[in-house]
Parts: sequence; C-alpha cells; structure tokens
Amino acid sequence: MKLMRIKAIVKKEAIQILRDPLSLAMAFLMPVMLLFIFGYAITMDVDNLSTVVYDRDKSSMSREFIAEFRESRYFTIVGYADKQADIDRYIDSGTARVAISIPEDFSKNMKTGKNAEIQVAVDGSDSNTATIALGYISAISELYSQRINKTPVAPILTPRVRVWYNPELKSRNFIVPGLIAVIMAIIAALLTSLTIAREWERGTMEQLISTPVKPPELIIGKLFTYFIIGLIDVLISTLIGIYLFDVPLKGSPLLLMMLSSLFLFGGLSLGILISVVAKSQLIASQVSIIVSYLPALLLSGFMFSISNMPAPLQIVTYIIPARYFVTMLKAIYLKGSALNLLVFETVLLSIFGFLVFMIANRKFKKRIE
Amino acid sequence: MLERIKRMVIKEFHQIFRDKRMRPIIFITPIIQLIVFGYAVTTDVNNVRMAVYDLDKSYESRELIRRFEASGYFQILRYINAPEEVRLLLDKGKVLAVLQVNHGFSADIKKGKQTEVQVLFDGTDSNTALVAMSYANTIITRYARSLGSPKVNAAAIKLDVRARAWYNPDLRSRNYNVPGVIAIMIMLICLLLTSMAIVREREIGTMEQLMVTPLRPLELILGKTIPFAIIGFFDMFLVTIVGVSWFSITIQGSLMLLVLCTGIYLLSVLGIGLFISTVSRTQQQALMGTFLFFAPAVLLSGLMFPIENMPFAVQYGTYLNPLRYFLIIIRGIFLKGNGIGILWPQMLALFILGTTVMTISALRFKKRLG
Repeated sequence: MKLMRIKAIVKKEAIQILRDPLSLAMAFLMPVMLLFIFGYAITMDVDNLSTVVYDRDKSSMSREFIAEFRESRYFTIVGYADKQADIDRYIDSGTARVAISIPEDFSKNMKTGKNAEIQVAVDGSDSNTATIALGYISAISELYSQRINKTPVAPILTPRVRVWYNPELKSRNFIVPGLIAVIMAIIAALLTSLTIAREWERGTMEQLISTPVKPPELIIGKLFTYFIIGLIDVLISTLIGIYLFDVPLKGSPLLLMMLSSLFLFGGLSLGILISVVAKSQLIASQVSIIVSYLPALLLSGFMFSISNMPAPLQIVTYIIPARYFVTMLKAIYLKGSALNLLVFETVLLSIFGFLVFMIANRKFKKRIE
Repeated sequence: MLERIKRMVIKEFHQIFRDKRMRPIIFITPIIQLIVFGYAVTTDVNNVRMAVYDLDKSYESRELIRRFEASGYFQILRYINAPEEVRLLLDKGKVLAVLQVNHGFSADIKKGKQTEVQVLFDGTDSNTALVAMSYANTIITRYARSLGSPKVNAAAIKLDVRARAWYNPDLRSRNYNVPGVIAIMIMLICLLLTSMAIVREREIGTMEQLMVTPLRPLELILGKTIPFAIIGFFDMFLVTIVGVSWFSITIQGSLMLLVLCTGIYLLSVLGIGLFISTVSRTQQQALMGTFLFFAPAVLLSGLMFPIENMPFAVQYGTYLNPLRYFLIIIRGIFLKGNGIGILWPQMLALFILGTTVMTISALRFKKRLG
C-alpha cells in the first residue's frame, strides 16, 4: 500500500467529479433542499383539524361549548351541519376530519346536573391524527364540565406531566437532527454506489487493473474523495439546522462531526460494496436506494418508533447504521449527551464500518483476479 | 408501426432481464419492502417503555401502576430505586416515560386530601410523547374517578364523549399506511428503471444504433416506456396481493377502478422518468435526479405528514405531485370504497398532469434524438 498511489487515485476521482458539475451540484443541493422541505413543510404537530359541528341544542350553552373548540388552535370549524346526513357528507368527502354533534338535551342536562353526552365522529383513516384529536376533545370537554360545575369539586388526584429535552414538544426539534442522519445515509450510498460499477460498465476498469494500483488503494482513494464531499454536506446541514431552524445544539459540535465521520465511513463503504457486487450501474442504483434510503427513513426510529415494531423487525433495525446515527444526533442535539452515553452506538457503528469496508475489499480483490 | 413497437418492447424486456439479478429486483424486492415497511410504518403508540419510581409502595400506588400496565399502552420495564436513576434512564433513552409516585400518596387519598402523581416524558419524539401523555392523563383521571367518594361523584356533572372512528374503527395505522406504501413502491421502481435504463443506452452508446434503425421517434418513445408500464402494472398487482393477503387489508372499492387509476398514475411517473433521462448524461446524474424528485415527492404527498399543516406556498406545490392524487385515490379505494363519483377530481387532475408531463418529456426526448 503506497500513499502516493492513493493520492493519485484521489486526484483522478477529484478530476472526474469536477468534470461533472451537475452531479457535484446535486451532491450539495440535495441536503439543502431536503432540509428546507422538511424543516418548513413538515410538521407532525396536529392542529387546525377541520371540524364540522352539528348543534341540535342551539342554546347559549352549546354555543359556548362550541366556542371552546373554535378558540383552541387544534380545531378549525369548517362548517355547520343541519342534519345527520350532512355530517356523513363532510367526512366522506374529506372536507372535515372531525364531527361533533351536540344532542338536543345538552343544556337541559347540564343545568339540571344530569350527565350530558356529546357524540364525536373522527375520520379514522389517519389513525394517528384521530387518536390525538380524540385526546384533545376529551380534554376540552373535561375542562368545560369542570368549569360549569355549580359545586366545583376539586379532583382528588391530578397528574403532573413534565416533558424533558423538548419541552415545547416542537416536532421540528426532533425532525431536523433525524433528518440529517437520513440525508447522510442516502448521500453516502448514492455517491459511491455507482463509482466502481461505472468503471466496469465503461471498460475503464481494465485500464485501472493494468496500472500498479492495488485494490485497497483504489477503494481508499475513492472513499477519501467522497468522504470530503460527505463531510461538507454534514457541515452544511448542521449549520442550516442551527441557524435557519433554531434547533438548539446542546452537545458538542466536535463530537457531532467525529461521529458523523464514523457514520460516513460506514455509509460510503456500503456504497462501494454495492458497487463492487452489482457491477452494473442500473442494479447498483436500485440496491443502494433499497438498502439505504428506505431503511434510513422508516427503520431508523427517525419517524416511527422502533419499540412499536414487531420483534423480528426490531432485530433487523440493529443492522441499519442509520439507527445508531439517528439516536446519536438526537441525543447530541436535544439532550446534550456526551460520548459516554453513546458508547453502545459508537461501538456498533465502528464495527459496521470496519466490517463493510473489509468485505468490500475482499469482494473487489476477488473480482479483479 | 405496431409491429415495430412490439419488436422494440420485446428487445427492451430482453435487455432488462438479461442480467439475472434484475429479476429479483423487479419482482421480489417490492414485496419484501412492502412487508418490512408495512410493519415498520406504524404511528400507533403502544408499548411506551416506562420506568416506575414508587416511593409510596402502597396498595393504592400499586393499583395505579397496575392500571398503567393493563392499559396496553405502557410497558413497565424497570422499577427505580434511587432518584438519580430517573435521569440516567431518560438520558440513555432506555425509557420514554417515568411514573413517579411520591411518599404519602396513599395516606393523602385515604384522608381525601388532594394529591398528585408525576409523569416524566422524553419529548425528543414530540408526537409519541403527545399521544403517550394523553393516555397517561386518561389512566390517571379514570383512577381518580374510581377513588372519589360516591357523594363527590354525584355532585360533579360529567360530560361524556362518545367517540366513533370511521373507515378504520380500530384505528390501525397499518390500514392507512399499507396502501400508501404500495403507491411509493410503484413510483420508486418505475422512476428509477425508466430514467436509468434510457440514460444507460446513451452512456454505453447503443442509442446511436437505435437511431439508425427505421424506428420513428414516437415508436422509440413508446417502445421505451411501454415495458416499464407493464412492469409497473405487474408490480402493482403483486404488491396489492401481498398487501391484501399478508396484512389482511380489504379493498372496499372496485379493483377495476384501481387498475384504471394505476394506468393514469403511471403516465406521470413514466413521463417524469423520461424527462430525467433527457436532462442526464450519465447514470449517476439520472440516479441523483430521480432521487431529487422522489424524496420530496414522498415527503410532500400526505403519506406521512398531513398536507393541510404545510405552509400555503408548499401546499400549492403539492398540486404538481402525482403521488398526492394517487394516495387519495388508493386510500379511497382501499379504505373507504370510494367510486368515480367521489374520486373523479383526483383522477382528472392526475390525467391532466400525466398527459402534460408525458408530452413535454416526449417532445424533449424527440429533440435530443434529432
């Protein structure tokens, strides 16, 4: 292994990348664009739920009750129904997701101290929103009934709920760090997955084989070049997260960069491995998206919590490097965790990177011989 | 003309499947992905990992803990013995919530004195935290009600909420997500195949050979896109069958309508693939271009994040996203049993979008050939 030869490969790759400004531009544009879209457009907060109201009571009390909904930021009243069929139409067409109907005896019951009842229908096709909506409705009703109780009875037991790390429960605060992990997972694999397949497909591999460059030198040279691009991407994404989206970075920026490098090493090696095995760019592209983007998006715990998945799938997530990276980034950003809390993740990520790198090397050697 | 297109479609199929590794990619990976993602993509919040710090150790505190456990939403992993463990468990992410019952809890309750319990949540995942919080509140409130003396209970007016969920009464998120995953699988495979395969021909230099044959541009375009349309339909069937048989999701609506709408949807997808192939010189560019379109298309489709919560400018942008319309269609057909009567606006929009994209791309493609 000679440093000089690695340097030569790095130089060759750099020239090749610079000669293709479109690809290079896309490599830098991609994280910026994805972060923008996510940061601005995407929120898991549930508010402004379109609501239709069917008020059969039409009393001052029922109007007061409806006002509670109108004034909360969670519900937006999009219409008033005059008969049951109206409600069906609102929900069927998707115009409203929530329907609240107040029975005729609502105010009478409330005044005479009997139990009143309201009927609520939610569009359950989006189960998550529906669950949250039902929670809000119960809370508003509970508060309202407490307020109008003539003989106020203080509840004997009150829950005191406190939220740590992200007290305002802003979804952006956890989306942005998780997203950086997902973006890096894709970029790493996309960048390198075609590099070796392309040399085979175009016939330039034969030329490389006839040079004195040894397989590990070739792989390290290619890795290094894309590693630089990847690091710049991490830096850009981190800065955007902090300055544009105000996501507080509580932990150490240095630790963030170090662990990102570790992750990049694994991701880029995986791309190279795919490239070595696939030999054709068409196949390499399919494989790299299947093994990098979709798992990083869905199985990393970025959006869907791993503990809710069935046990066999939870085991599968252990071989997905993005899983560790998502945990690391969220911990460094929101909890301000130091390395001592992230040992498990760091060790597994190192093992992953090292293993994939070794396999890529070995497979590549076999291919050449 | 038909004969020449047929020949070319056959040639394309040969080319795609010449590499044996291509077959599993087209036929098997979508199924595996659907199964994996069908399980993974769940926004149901249950089994929230919880630790309990019970300082009271009384009958009442155990009863409250039992109620948390029995709810099915919380999974009690650990009993804490020392105060510093609370922070450590949350810091390490071992648990998402800690229920703390302080000393004197049962004494207060017995005396009828007001008391409280504390629940701590890890808010890093705000959505899960929010749902878990509402579950915890409900459990505690119910327990409190069961404690109150009958006199107190009678004095309080209760307002009951009788809730009913439509279309998906058990609120299973899988019913909602699996049709969505089907839609993105189809888009991913068709988009990648179309854009990469056409550029490949140019990169390797076989496009020149095609141009010297008597094939006319239109025939060439059809010959290039029809095979991917066939693959798209085939994958649609495959993935739908798996969705229905594996995840036991029922199709409430008409299967024929689903096929028809898939056809309209593929028009846009193939058109975009064709377009990417006209702006890319290398397969690397095509791959990145596909990705640059695909990633935002998935995120801004309404699959995972509701469109009405997005800023207005972005909401208008989503009207150009074919996935947006197809999601409404496929979910409407699967879950609600909607027919053309309800779905026609989406079908029309998708058709207009598809024909426009296809025409623009075909014209560009023709120009590049000439």
